[in-house]
Amino acid sequence: MINSEIKQVMADENQNESIQKMIFSEGLVLESGQKLSHLEIAYQTYGKLSTTKDNAILICHALTGDQYVASVNPLSKKSGWWSRMVGPDLPIDTNKYFIICSNVLGSCMGTTGPRSMRLDQQTMGYWGVDFPTITIGDMVNAQKLLIDHFQINQLFAVIGGSMGGMQALQWAVSYPDRVYAVIPIATSSFHSAQNIAFNEVGRQAIFSDPDWRNGNYWRYGVIPSRGLAVARMMAHITYLSEDALNRKFGRRLQETMMGSSSLILGEMFQVESYLHYQGSNFVRRFDANSYVTITRAMDWFDLSQNYNGDLVKAFSHVQSRFCVISFSSDWLFPTSRSRAIVKALNRVGANVSFVEIVSDKGHDAFLLDEPDLDLVISGFLAGIKRQRQLKNNAS
Amino acid sequence: MRLDQRCIVNMIKKKSTILDIGCGDGTLIDYLCCYHQCDARGIELDMSCVTQAVSKGLSVIQGNADYDLKNYPTAGFDYVVLSRTLQAVNHPREVLQQMLRIGQYAIVSFPNFGHWTLRLQLLFKGHMPMTNVWGTCWYETPNIHPCTLTDFVSLCKKEGYHISQWMAIDDHGEGEKAPWRRSIRLANFFGEQALFLLTK
Repeated sequence: MINSEIKQVMADENQNESIQKMIFSEGLVLESGQKLSHLEIAYQTYGKLSTTKDNAILICHALTGDQYVASVNPLSKKSGWWSRMVGPDLPIDTNKYFIICSNVLGSCMGTTGPRSMRLDQQTMGYWGVDFPTITIGDMVNAQKLLIDHFQINQLFAVIGGSMGGMQALQWAVSYPDRVYAVIPIATSSFHSAQNIAFNEVGRQAIFSDPDWRNGNYWRYGVIPSRGLAVARMMAHITYLSEDALNRKFGRRLQETMMGSSSLILGEMFQVESYLHYQGSNFVRRFDANSYVTITRAMDWFDLSQNYNGDLVKAFSHVQSRFCVISFSSDWLFPTSRSRAIVKALNRVGANVSFVEIVSDKGHDAFLLDEPDLDLVISGFLAGIKRQRQLKNNAS
Repeated sequence: MRLDQRCIVNMIKKKSTILDIGCGDGTLIDYLCCYHQCDARGIELDMSCVTQAVSKGLSVIQGNADYDLKNYPTAGFDYVVLSRTLQAVNHPREVLQQMLRIGQYAIVSFPNFGHWTLRLQLLFKGHMPMTNVWGTCWYETPNIHPCTLTDFVSLCKKEGYHISQWMAIDDHGEGEKAPWRRSIRLANFFGEQALFLLTK
């Protein structure tokens, strides 16, 4: 019976044949020492790669993002998560640049992760909880295979917000000569105790769902939807600022609650209904094991870990130009974290720009309408492109 | 570009590295990058100026001359520029020390408080002088450390800095006069702006 359900889920998966994928049969050795014997990377590209292959920009998505940065996600039918930023004549202009966005390792939108079939065993099934522990470094190493496949010697830029920013920073440290410029947005060089704590609450919510079944929910044809929704709801609060929530919802009540006598159960305030909506939407598109795997990878993230806790040493070999961007109301990865990155980069004499954008939209501001962000990104890209040309002409 | 900035450009060798403290919207470093093949970077306190500068692709960070210079490596730059900012920092002496730690040369320009118009205003009106350059009331001016040209020369002597070049610059609202250097005493009386190139 269980097997037939697996086949059903597999059939669902097969509907996603339209997903663009690259298969690396040589696999990937993880930082933990474990080896993934088979690696698939789902990705999307936009624009045209120049003949000299010098106009490629890698965009790294955040925790629950996907490769559909500027096109409709075929599953959710939602438009690209950064379609206001990436496209023709937009700040990251697809008329000028070749944009690559790949689904991160461990995720569930086509790239190998807990939701992928395990090919190294006789029995058919998903990786599930057996999927190895991965790191942000592993995600970057997987992306590098894809970049190698495109035979791109040097990416013009790596851009990412939040966990995407962690990958961008990791790129600059791991492959200094392969990235001309790095734009880490609303991010940090490490996950703090508070960041880990929030992630842990989310994971515990998932684990406490009866449908979690020790991570083997997929064998039973169920998903820990309540736990996953609670995890998402809580995380979502950390993505917004108090002001943004107040502006959006204030203390407004649900219309259905007006005059109702039962005020303890059910949705009372509009903000509750908003969170419920966010939660229920999320469980339809995201795998619980992937959520656990990726939040763990974020928790492990500390750029200075291999350098005796010294971020300056971690940056000692960087060659890229940096444009560090933070938002004034982001309390998940506050400006002080970006300043710490800038400080360490200054100490090694790296070429760095830094802006804090005044916004009351919290951490999520990087995904939202922030004209100054558009200006900074488009201007920075145009400026460094011009300077690179000048430099090339001079040499 | 302002006249003092053009004079600064003339002091800087091509293809050198520059840190411009209080770089505003980055006009000077933009010019140095584009036309002098320099690697020029900036620090600016005002975030809207920083946004403008970064939007031009310049390496500018939001920061404070008083606190953030310590993060730069020793001898990391050929020139460190502080134009029209010295009078506004909290600790001018320490900022100068940092500049000559970070850079081989320090280029400093500041409005001369010893200019005759300011002296006359104080003498005859008995008020804190107000001119184009010193355009804000004493209670709201950001220029908390005004000094005269000779004051600055004394400080350099005291700190053991070598003055490789200096000039007095007048720039009025309209029509700019060329920089000039005669005696320091004359410059202290007639020079609106002072510009110095220092080494240790």
